[in-house]
Amino acid sequence: MLLYKIFIDPFVQMGAAPDLLVQTLWEGLVAGVLYALIALGFVLIFKASGVFNFAQGIMVVFGALTLVGIYEILVRWGISQENVAAFVALGLTIGVMFLLAFGVERIVLKPLVNQPDIILFMATFGLTYFLIGFGEYVFGGSSKIMIADQLYLPKGFIDLKILGGVVSLQKIDIAAAVIASVMVTGLALFFSKTRIGRALRAVADSHKAALSVGISLDQIWVIVWFASGLVALVTGIMWGARSEVSFALEVIALRALPVLILGGFTSIPGAIVGGLIIGVGEKLGDFYWGGLLGRGIESWLAYFIALVFLLFRPQGLFGEKIIERV
Amino acid sequence: MLYREAGQFKTNYASDQAIFPILQDRMGIAAILLVAFVVVPYFGNDFLLQAIMIPFVIFSLATIGLNLLTGYTGLLSLGTGAFMGVGAYACYKLETLFPNVNIIVWIVAAGFASAAVGVLFGLPSLRIKGFYLAIATLAAQFFLQWCFVRIPWLFNYNTSGAIEVGTHTLFGIPITGPNASSTTRYLIALSIVVVMTWFASNLVHGRIGRMWMAVRDMDIAAELMGIRLLPTKLLAFAVSSFYCGVAGAMLVFLWYGGAEADVFSINQSFFILFMVIVGGLGSLLGSYLGAAFIFILPIFLRYVPPHLGMPILPATVEHIAFMITGGLIIFFLIVEPNGLARLWQIAKQKLRVWPFPY
Repeated sequence: MLLYKIFIDPFVQMGAAPDLLVQTLWEGLVAGVLYALIALGFVLIFKASGVFNFAQGIMVVFGALTLVGIYEILVRWGISQENVAAFVALGLTIGVMFLLAFGVERIVLKPLVNQPDIILFMATFGLTYFLIGFGEYVFGGSSKIMIADQLYLPKGFIDLKILGGVVSLQKIDIAAAVIASVMVTGLALFFSKTRIGRALRAVADSHKAALSVGISLDQIWVIVWFASGLVALVTGIMWGARSEVSFALEVIALRALPVLILGGFTSIPGAIVGGLIIGVGEKLGDFYWGGLLGRGIESWLAYFIALVFLLFRPQGLFGEKIIERV
Repeated sequence: MLYREAGQFKTNYASDQAIFPILQDRMGIAAILLVAFVVVPYFGNDFLLQAIMIPFVIFSLATIGLNLLTGYTGLLSLGTGAFMGVGAYACYKLETLFPNVNIIVWIVAAGFASAAVGVLFGLPSLRIKGFYLAIATLAAQFFLQWCFVRIPWLFNYNTSGAIEVGTHTLFGIPITGPNASSTTRYLIALSIVVVMTWFASNLVHGRIGRMWMAVRDMDIAAELMGIRLLPTKLLAFAVSSFYCGVAGAMLVFLWYGGAEADVFSINQSFFILFMVIVGGLGSLLGSYLGAAFIFILPIFLRYVPPHLGMPILPATVEHIAFMITGGLIIFFLIVEPNGLARLWQIAKQKLRVWPFPY
């Protein structure tokens, strides 16, 4: 009976209602895109500086919160055109993210060069706490509404009639997927075609070798933190438009960690594929198998999926093979 | 001037190998124990004991537990909160199933349940290393926390979903529950922590501790020297979870008097990890210093500014406390990445040669 419920019943359900299956898959993919974006921010920093940036999740929230906060201030100052205010706020927020990257490099990373990884990891914890306190102090602790309309983000549904049923797609999700792919393509081009991109890859390969051919580590780190700050901002806007902007969003960073170990810490394609696998797996698992165990299994299911993969490939799906020498 | 080893001759091997080879150190430890056992409970008021000292000793124990794993064996774990939870829930189940056995027995026995769970989640550590392992232990954190909420057997089908602590006595004196005075609970907690610290000290100075440190420094080299990795790593997980489990049981039974699953969330894990790193990786003294620093700092920030007459809103204080905590963590890591324990060592060295530093 239990075996039937685990191995047969869910598939019967899938076959009986293909539109529901497609709907679930779609939701999984959308969640996966957002996970992938967060994981991308982690990977960028880890590749270039070997820092496991725990603050990535809070950077997402901080970016979104800053955007909304600045927008509200601008409106209060009497900028009547909402759209203008929104885009000015966006520009200013990008400036804030740059300042953040610059400050982190100057104040946190530079004095800690050559320390063990775990120390740098802890330093990003300190950064997390600082950003939480700072964000709440400046913008208040209450949750805010993302200014999605003012940024011309679409809303509403598209209903597709397929497979004898209706699959409704939220327009904001489609926009998120499109923007995410544009951004990933842009980053990939940036990494492979530009001079700075080449320098970034050199730093990722070896800090010492990069230094010896005259690449400035300071500069590279600021760029990398700024890039992942931008990724965080976009993620924050997308996620904020789906729910609301508050520090509760912080938990999504924890959701994105299994994506990271699944894809490997050092691989951008890994982050994307991993994100999609985890997103789809989570939604399918919760929808079709969740009833067996009680709801809420998505909080740990992703970790178990990732753990199983890890037992076979300890460096993640796309990670570089770990070579150890005595 | 006072801290000088001149004139203290070591005439046998044992005295040379002692943990506190200098007389002043031994006197210092005795003085600290005297203060902790006599002066604090005798002169301390309820606020000091309940809000500061009891949680401080309990968190110190949890920090020692994580330090054995992360500091001594080099295995990064983010599941401490959940292992503490296992201890608390195991203690609760044992206490309600066998109410006649003394509660202190169950607090310690709960550690074994936690150790078993720790071994189970430590199994991947042979193949997975570094940050990958840290995230793998997050699986334990989230899975166990989910269990605490979703398996009603664990909290005896309470409608509230919380565990509550009844009154238990030792020699006729209530030691848990609402009737127990904070002095009694403090003394019980302190005794358990002191005994377990002494045990941990013996462990890390002996063969097992050296095996752990060899694995930490380089596990391949350790393996070549004949240390079997799997038993060593699993033993570290077991002992560490044991300590965390006891700390979790004490947290609920001797401090909160009742708890929900939220207490053992991921934040608790991070909190303990902070204490380990700020105190100093691989140092028992550091565990105490780290626990004191991380636990008492927010309290200090919350209570001191209003007393100085600064009119600050409570919410603002909370935010600023967060900011300052984060800032101080970064500051400490930059100033002394090896933690407070290292600062203490430097101070001791300075004292020894003072006033002629050459």
